[in-house]
Amino acid sequence: MGRITLEKVRKAFGDVEIIPQLDLTIEDGEFVVFVGPSGCGKSTLLRLIAGLEDVSSGQITIDGVDATEVPPAKRGLAMVFQSYALYPHMSVRKNIAFPLRMAGMDKAEQERRVTNAAAVLNLTDYLDRRPGQLSGGQRQRVAIGRAIVREPAAFLFDEPLSNLDAALRVGMRLEISELHKRLATTMIYVTHDQVEAMTMADKIVVLQAGKIEQVGSPLELYQRPCNTFVAGFIGSPRMNLIEGAEAARHGAATIGIRPEHIDISTNEGQWQGTVGVSEHLGSDTFFHVQTGASSQPLTVRATGEMALKYGAQVYLTPRTAHLHRFDAKGQRIE
Amino acid sequence: MARAVTTQRKIIFTVLAWGLGLLIFFPILWTILTSFKTEGQAVADPPVFLFFDWTLENYSVVQERSDYLKFLTNSIIIAGGSTLLGILVAVPAAWSMAFVPSRRTKDILLWMLSTKMLPAVGVLYPIYLLFIRMGLLDSRIGLVVVLMLINLPIIVWMLYTYFREIPGEILEAARMDGAGLKAEILYVLTPMAIPGIASTILLNFILAWNEAFWTLNLTAAGAAPLTAFIASYSSPEGLFFAKLSAASTMAIAPILILGWFSQKQLVRGLTFGAVK
Amino acid sequence: MATQHSRSAARIMMAPAVVLLLGWMLVPLCMTLWFSFRQYLPLRGGDLGPAGFDNYVRFVTSSAFWPSVTTTLIIVGGVLLITIFLGIFLAILLDQPMWGQGVVRILVIAPFFVMPTVSALVWKNMFMDPVNGLFAHLWRFFGADPVVWLSDQPLVSLIVIVSWQWLPFATLILLTAIQSLDSEQLEAAEMDGAGVVSRFVFIVLPHLSRAVTIVILIQTIFLLSVFAEIFVTTGGAFGSRTLTYLIFQRVLDAQNVGLGSAGGVYAIILANIVAIFLMRIVGKNLDR
Repeated sequence: MGRITLEKVRKAFGDVEIIPQLDLTIEDGEFVVFVGPSGCGKSTLLRLIAGLEDVSSGQITIDGVDATEVPPAKRGLAMVFQSYALYPHMSVRKNIAFPLRMAGMDKAEQERRVTNAAAVLNLTDYLDRRPGQLSGGQRQRVAIGRAIVREPAAFLFDEPLSNLDAALRVGMRLEISELHKRLATTMIYVTHDQVEAMTMADKIVVLQAGKIEQVGSPLELYQRPCNTFVAGFIGSPRMNLIEGAEAARHGAATIGIRPEHIDISTNEGQWQGTVGVSEHLGSDTFFHVQTGASSQPLTVRATGEMALKYGAQVYLTPRTAHLHRFDAKGQRIE
Repeated sequence: MARAVTTQRKIIFTVLAWGLGLLIFFPILWTILTSFKTEGQAVADPPVFLFFDWTLENYSVVQERSDYLKFLTNSIIIAGGSTLLGILVAVPAAWSMAFVPSRRTKDILLWMLSTKMLPAVGVLYPIYLLFIRMGLLDSRIGLVVVLMLINLPIIVWMLYTYFREIPGEILEAARMDGAGLKAEILYVLTPMAIPGIASTILLNFILAWNEAFWTLNLTAAGAAPLTAFIASYSSPEGLFFAKLSAASTMAIAPILILGWFSQKQLVRGLTFGAVK
Repeated sequence: MATQHSRSAARIMMAPAVVLLLGWMLVPLCMTLWFSFRQYLPLRGGDLGPAGFDNYVRFVTSSAFWPSVTTTLIIVGGVLLITIFLGIFLAILLDQPMWGQGVVRILVIAPFFVMPTVSALVWKNMFMDPVNGLFAHLWRFFGADPVVWLSDQPLVSLIVIVSWQWLPFATLILLTAIQSLDSEQLEAAEMDGAGVVSRFVFIVLPHLSRAVTIVILIQTIFLLSVFAEIFVTTGGAFGSRTLTYLIFQRVLDAQNVGLGSAGGVYAIILANIVAIFLMRIVGKNLDR
């Protein structure tokens, strides 16, 4: 079980309001990702749920029980920290067993759970090593192991992959998703990387300046961003946002079009432009095209085979069905 | 720099560094060598370096004549006692400053440091007078207290810099894992702090061992540690180089060995964490 | 994180250290201040009444005062010069690739662990003794007349002894500072066309400046109160009387406590001037 609700939760440090009042419900078994630029309050929100910070006002309930005043250890949550926060003086075995030892569990049960967790996380050969003797990925797994053994109501991850190199990150991303499928436990995951959010989440919570901008499944957010911030934040490469006359033609202050929703042609189309830099990824090619429609170059996706010289003249045609329209406040117009 | 170092360069640096290193170390080496000579050989001209009749006679003479062991005991008690007492007082203080810092923490730390800068000679007579009044003159307990007080700022500072390096996330992890305050201190903080406490003890033992203002001015025969024992050789009687060397070797040997272990902590301790 | 409860607990934990140091600072300091305004002669009846600023005036007008200031400055300045320059040189040398680096380091650091009375006596007798000292042997070997070091060149002798004790400290701190220099910075400078000398002048020295400042300040504070070395070598004779030693003599030898205390107040003020600069640097470092 692990249904977490935040009601009218607000956090301020002195006069500085980090999180204006917000409501949020996390369903049991969900993989929820808090995503947003750095300093948006996503880590603070996680720490409020963990109990490492006190809320200034509002209520947090876990499985229907008011947990607002409950100390962190009693909330039944486990957390994986950005720095892993492994105890340097304890072996891997002792690190993983520590929460069990604190709970006063008997030795045999501790041993059984540690062995299980180690097997799941491929740590069996490293149980007697110290954290200092492990690689980054292994340390990460120990931190996860320490969380798993408690069989918590929910896992909290605070940017757990940011200290790993790119290749390991992709691997660990899969492992954590795999773990979620297997355990079916609620997981709350904080990241600033929208790719992690898109690939892992059941539900994404986009935050900016402590405010929830939008909550929804990855595809919902991708297909129907409710404002220009979400539109620009979710998706890589970013959505093209066009202001001015071209937007006004569609009855909006800003229009958005994703790179894959623009057709590119060398002889005819709606917008004429000049090819700038081309990025060849093999499967796709992204062209940055300067057109009269927008002051910024537009990003356009084409097939991997397509090749255009720097400075070549091209024509772009947006697919009108995939056009996103936003009003002067940046809100989506249906 | 990840570049092939030419052997020639390395040889030059090695020779130069070893030459200078040995030159700087030479007075100590010479003292140790001389302590094994007879008095005649100790003043031989030209000096004999290694080829003399090695003897342990000086060591036994030094012990017989001035009871080296008594001074050694005093040194150990005074240095050890003041260090342990200091640790006892400083650990809670440094602990709270590192983990529950307040707006005044920095000021308190700097003020503590400023007491270390007080020139001893400026307060010599008041301390002397207080010692006489309280019957502490030439007592080990008096010196333990004074040396504890003069080294307390360094102890607090060293411990503070070590404690501050314990990452906050670890403590939060422990709290998430269900450790209460007691368990947190017992299983997480203390084991992580022990290396820092150990090196603080080491460095302060050395500083207290070598302290030579208060130990010279506040002791006579009874509580005098090795610093004073050596000072008694300042008025020579006949040939005494070999005996002086033996006494000196015995006074510095324990601390040289300890000192080599503590060289890394030395920088941090003596610069109050300003250079690491 | 920090609740009200933990704050009051922190205050209690800090109390013993704060109270002890406060007492250690205030009690003797107030007594010294009090004595400095009294005519206090323990051997001639003790406190003979108020003296106003007499002690302060007499201390600075006595014939021994200015020579002692000069002596102090020469010793402190000389030792600082030697230890800083040799220290930088040694630190750079020890940072180079070589065989047995660890052993050399230990050799260089060793003098710091020798207690002051031992190093002073060893130098005084086994090196500087005009008849049997190693220097005398050396001088005679080259056909020169041995120098009577401690009476003819007392300041040079003291500077040599004290420098030998403090060189390891300077070297060790400067070496630590050099090792913290990012090698990429040096490589960047090399790519920018800086030669060995330019790299030293524009990259290494500025990087060391903070460490050098710290060495100067800390050493100054300790050097101002050099005592044991003078106590067991010259005993303050032959113009080797520093301010510290002068005060010591006034208080314990001549038993003129009032006069000595006035001197002590001067010494405290002097030390505090240096200390303020040191504290600034250390304090800045705390804010990181």
